[in-house]
Amino acid sequence: MRIHCPHCGLRSIEEFTCLGDATIARPDPSGGEEAFYHYVYVRENPKGRHREYWHHGGGCRSWLIVERDTATHEISSVEAADAGHGDGS
Amino acid sequence: MNYSIFSLVRQALKGHKDWPKVWRRILPEPKYDVVIIGGGGHGLATAYYLATKHNVGRVAVLEKSWLGGGNIGRNTTIVRSNYLLAGNEPFYEFSLKLWEGLTQELNYNVMFSQRGIINLFHSDAQRDAFVRRGNSMLLHGADAVLLDRDGVKRHAPMVDLDNARFPVMGGLMQPRGGTARHDAVAWGYARGADMAGVDIIQNCEVTGLRITNGTIQGVETNLGFIGAEKLGVAVAGNSSDISRMAQFDLPIESHVLQAFVSEGLKPFIDTVVTFGAGHFYISQSDKGGLVLGGDLDGYNSYARRGNLPTVEHVMECGVAMIPRLKRLRVLRSWGGIMDMSMDGSPIIDMTPVNGLYFNTGWCYGGFKATPASGWCFAHLIANDASHEVATGLRLDRFRTGRMIDESGHGAQPNLH
Ligand SMILES: Cc1cc2nc3c(=O)[nH]c(=O)nc-3n(C[C@H](O)[C@H](O)[C@H](O)COP(=O)(O)OP(=O)(O)OC[C@H]3O[C@@H](n4cnc5c(N)ncnc54)[C@H](O)[C@@H]3O)c2cc1C
Ligand SMILES: [Zn+2]
Repeated sequence: MRIHCPHCGLRSIEEFTCLGDATIARPDPSGGEEAFYHYVYVRENPKGRHREYWHHGGGCRSWLIVERDTATHEISSVEAADAGHGDGS
Repeated sequence: MNYSIFSLVRQALKGHKDWPKVWRRILPEPKYDVVIIGGGGHGLATAYYLATKHNVGRVAVLEKSWLGGGNIGRNTTIVRSNYLLAGNEPFYEFSLKLWEGLTQELNYNVMFSQRGIINLFHSDAQRDAFVRRGNSMLLHGADAVLLDRDGVKRHAPMVDLDNARFPVMGGLMQPRGGTARHDAVAWGYARGADMAGVDIIQNCEVTGLRITNGTIQGVETNLGFIGAEKLGVAVAGNSSDISRMAQFDLPIESHVLQAFVSEGLKPFIDTVVTFGAGHFYISQSDKGGLVLGGDLDGYNSYARRGNLPTVEHVMECGVAMIPRLKRLRVLRSWGGIMDMSMDGSPIIDMTPVNGLYFNTGWCYGGFKATPASGWCFAHLIANDASHEVATGLRLDRFRTGRMIDESGHGAQPNLH
């Protein structure tokens, strides 16, 4: 697997660390226990397209959102995480 | 047929042409009292104990592929009960005790070899943590020995004790740990279950669940609908696929773990050594191949193959720990899909659906658990109550804050 970092170009996966699912969003503090349980512990874990956070620690050190197929490892898009996507907090 | 010296001699005289099939090849009946999804180690062990220890009627195991082609046939076969926490250690020690009698119980040689396992430590802090773990093991009736440098040298003379980055200070050894033959475990349980009347159906993939009014009715498969009073799910890395069919998500992520086997060597290492600081472990199979493994690749995957940087990393760590491995030729590498739970510990529990039971969250350590997992899952399905050594392995522990987090990593599955 190689990831096309928008800042650094095409780089080997060993320069990156995966944090996991980028679609989960932190609930409002008053959201209640059930919402926080889902946020912290429950994952959709799809077989197929998965939006996930990767950190380019061995490069520009920025956070990326990678869309990748978990069945084939094919990457369909990479964008900077601070472009207003994902949870953002 | 009972396997013994007499049956061997009798078959030898007939040129070995008369051995009966180890299990029947059959098509499913329309309905069973209990259906188990997944013909891996856990599903087969569950069916075996249901049929031999409980009175539950007709049982079937549905396997989408060939029997034993999942993680049960892909793992590095380490068996141990060296856990720290009270929710885990009694369960794994119960499992180790079952291993000690398994070949006799199944009348099938699972080649369980108690060659011991040594976890190396490299600092005062790591030693203190291992001493604590060893004491916890002893308090739970398991065995543990603290080795100093000379002790490590005696058991594993090939280890470079003076590694510059991680000099070896000693190791925590569990002498009763060891390895077993992975295929034989699947085949032995399958044979035992089949002889006890369980229908094992291969090439039968579950594609949907039929649920009415919150109660399980049966499963849709490529061979048609199969009715089930109770449904047990033991599909390892595919757990979320099945839970989705019942409209709930699990505290599980699927990740790929790779392993490697080398060309056959003369006897080289007669125990199991783990180098946790460097993400590497090693043992030797009876055929002579060195069996090597490391950590997860670290990203969600259902692909059953990993990436090359992990291969390189495992080999680097191996050569750092045992410099003479550098001329070793690796023959094969492969991957399996791990059901990584959010606290690194397994789940054997009921679900929001009546009659639907889940066995999941084994991470990279479910082979050693096979006998106890089958035993406790069968107990749960038969009695609708957790077995006494599995009361901590509940699905609701994440909701109630009763996590069993051995490594203290928190809800980050790729780190467990
Ligand atoms: C590389 C590697 C090394 C490992 N090393 C160790 C080790 O040293 N020690 C240890 O204790 N553990 C180890 N493990 C972990 C251990 O192998 C697993 O935790 C354990 O085997 C999982 O349980 P199982 O045997 O039932 O899984 P599996 O054998 O994977 O069984 C699940 C079965 O379910 C079937 N299935 C899935 N979906 C469906 C469906 N829809 N319909 C029908 N069937 C379905 C699959 O085909 C599969 O056969 C390792 C794993 C890997 C991959
Ligand atoms: Zn970059």
